[in-house]
Amino acid sequence: MEEKNKFVREVAEKKYEYGFTTDVQTEIIDKGLSEEVVRIISAKKGEPEWLLDFRLKAYRYWLAQRQPDWAHLTLPEIDYQAISYYADPTQGRKKDGPKTLDEVDPELMKTFDKLGIPLEERLALSGTAVDAVMDSVSVKTTFKEKLSEKGIIFCSISEAVREYPDLVRRYLGTVVPYRDNYFAALNSAVFSDGSFVYIPKGVRCPMELSTYFRINARNTGQFERTLIVCDDGGYVSYLEGCTAPMRDENQLHAAIVEIVVNDNAEVKYSTVQNWYPGDAEGRGGVLNLVTKRGHLRGANSKLSWTQVETGSAITWKYPSCVLSGDNSQAEFYSVAVTNNYQQADTGTKMIHLGRNTRSTIISKGISAGRSQNSYRGLVRVAPGADGARNYSSCDSLLLGSECGAHTFPYMDVQNDTAVVEHEATTSKISEDQLFYCNQRGIPTEEAVGLIVNGYAKEVINKLPMEFAVEAQKLLSVSLEGTVG
Amino acid sequence: MLEIKDLHAAINGKEILKGIDLTVRPGEIHALMGLNGAGKSTLSNVLVGHPAYEVTRGSVTFNGKDLLALSPEERSHEGLFLSFQQPVEIPGVSMVNFMRAALNAKRKYQGLEPMSAGDFLKLMREKRRIVELDSKLANRSVNEGFSGGEKKRNEIFQMAVLEPLFSILDETDSGLDVDALRIVAEGFNKLRTPETSALVITHYQRLLDYLRPDFVHVLIGGRIVRSGGPELATEIENRGFDWIKAGIPEE
Repeated sequence: MEEKNKFVREVAEKKYEYGFTTDVQTEIIDKGLSEEVVRIISAKKGEPEWLLDFRLKAYRYWLAQRQPDWAHLTLPEIDYQAISYYADPTQGRKKDGPKTLDEVDPELMKTFDKLGIPLEERLALSGTAVDAVMDSVSVKTTFKEKLSEKGIIFCSISEAVREYPDLVRRYLGTVVPYRDNYFAALNSAVFSDGSFVYIPKGVRCPMELSTYFRINARNTGQFERTLIVCDDGGYVSYLEGCTAPMRDENQLHAAIVEIVVNDNAEVKYSTVQNWYPGDAEGRGGVLNLVTKRGHLRGANSKLSWTQVETGSAITWKYPSCVLSGDNSQAEFYSVAVTNNYQQADTGTKMIHLGRNTRSTIISKGISAGRSQNSYRGLVRVAPGADGARNYSSCDSLLLGSECGAHTFPYMDVQNDTAVVEHEATTSKISEDQLFYCNQRGIPTEEAVGLIVNGYAKEVINKLPMEFAVEAQKLLSVSLEGTVG
Repeated sequence: MLEIKDLHAAINGKEILKGIDLTVRPGEIHALMGLNGAGKSTLSNVLVGHPAYEVTRGSVTFNGKDLLALSPEERSHEGLFLSFQQPVEIPGVSMVNFMRAALNAKRKYQGLEPMSAGDFLKLMREKRRIVELDSKLANRSVNEGFSGGEKKRNEIFQMAVLEPLFSILDETDSGLDVDALRIVAEGFNKLRTPETSALVITHYQRLLDYLRPDFVHVLIGGRIVRSGGPELATEIENRGFDWIKAGIPEE
């Protein structure tokens, strides 16, 4: 016990590796939220009337709602008037934003270097196109031209609103309506930037598309909005990676991701989330309150969510799938790690509407320190979903005796032909296992990394290769010294 | 090589070892026999540094170093190996990854570069043959779903990969059928060199017939009460421990 506490303290003293801030000229509008602020955001972006309308409706709806409290989380009081809703680090440079790498602020480039983002074109070899989002404005989109040859659109959502207004208007808010929940309404009112992807009919996207989100300026909430549309027979694999610099105050992050999958199309969405988790005493850290949902509209469509969550003080996130198309297939693979005072309430919803729809849920929770880690999932089979199948497996791994793991599986099956299976296990890394490793010469920290990665292997293996390696490192780093 | 002097050790405040003296020189095999609860496993656990045991008195030097001052992994790197009585299962961690981590940790300690994946897999194949371990087992998780015999073979396989100077076999023969015992014992003998030595804990003569120990010690009540040559093991096999116990004065 004594030993264990010593290790916990050591982790406590470990500094957050990505805790630096970049000194760039940032234009921030005054703190506070009002109809006026919503109008300013929309005006700054030169948005069309319909979008301003959408924002205003969302704002008015949000005003009438209360912050939800059903999750197994202790959410601090958020002062929405103390947050600035728009920060633009590219202002003070050229008005239209940088066109080539040389035009990007060198300080900004250094930030991305520290994060190891492959922004340089030479990294085309790694097959990754990056839409880097720093605070609210998309800094640079690589490979855009190469993608556009195939008719693929990959750009910031602001640019999409300007260049492809019809596409955006057709799909925006159709998967996650602004009335969906409190944070979705907030995002719909004030969303600043994010990514837009359109894969045309029959096109397989030849490279992984990737967005690196990063919160930089102080007291700015980040409200990204991502919209991915994969048309009939298309395919795309999308990766979102997140880090945030060290901050004392909680930072609000309320994003929305909407995915539309049409007939015979397939989308893979992978997330490696490493936002600042707060310090060892539970001070600071990002509040990650995110709504992610995919609509499998088409027959035989496929969607998989893979997430490795190691960061944030609080994670409230349920990447979900609505399976309307007959024979559509959805997957959710998740590893959520919590340490110190982190809290995670995460899981998925699988809504089976179409016939012979299939869904798989593999969730691995890892809790250490004094953290609380909950899986919350809903499997719903509608009356018309003949032959629907779901398999859910939710495992929890505990490191130490002061953390908590919880499982809240909900099932609502309204069709007799449906088959729904649920399995759950809870385990602990035993001292015997660690000693066995020690005796073979493997130090405890490495042993924990080995065991945790073995435990999470099923999910990690679903990530694209480069990111799987990164995720493995992240798992080990996040849990260093948690077991003695 | 290994010198134990007046070693006392306790678990949960209860003293189990009450003054062990034992010297093992390079190339020697020492057998340690005794009834259950005599302290045999305690001695092996103390030597490899299990955190549950507390050394209350005495010293252990290993190749001139103060063994008790080293962490369990340093002891391993210095060449100490324990074939566990009950090897634990580690789900999700493949034998390949496990052994690679172990071997590279040792190489790092020795100031060597990690072994390349190709060389490592070749090494695994070579060493597997020593204990006739199925290639499929090597790809499975550490000890997960292994039979009792497979677990023990797997211990000797790990010993083959790590090439320790001093090995402790803690009832490696328990739960083995005749064939498995032969394979394990012959595998162990193949790994012997004039520089390596071992402490073999067993209840039975069978294993010792294969390993041919140089010395046999009897542990009773936390002390070595009798030492002798291989003939002592034969005598115990025939007469049990009572005649030895009868000669010990009451505490």
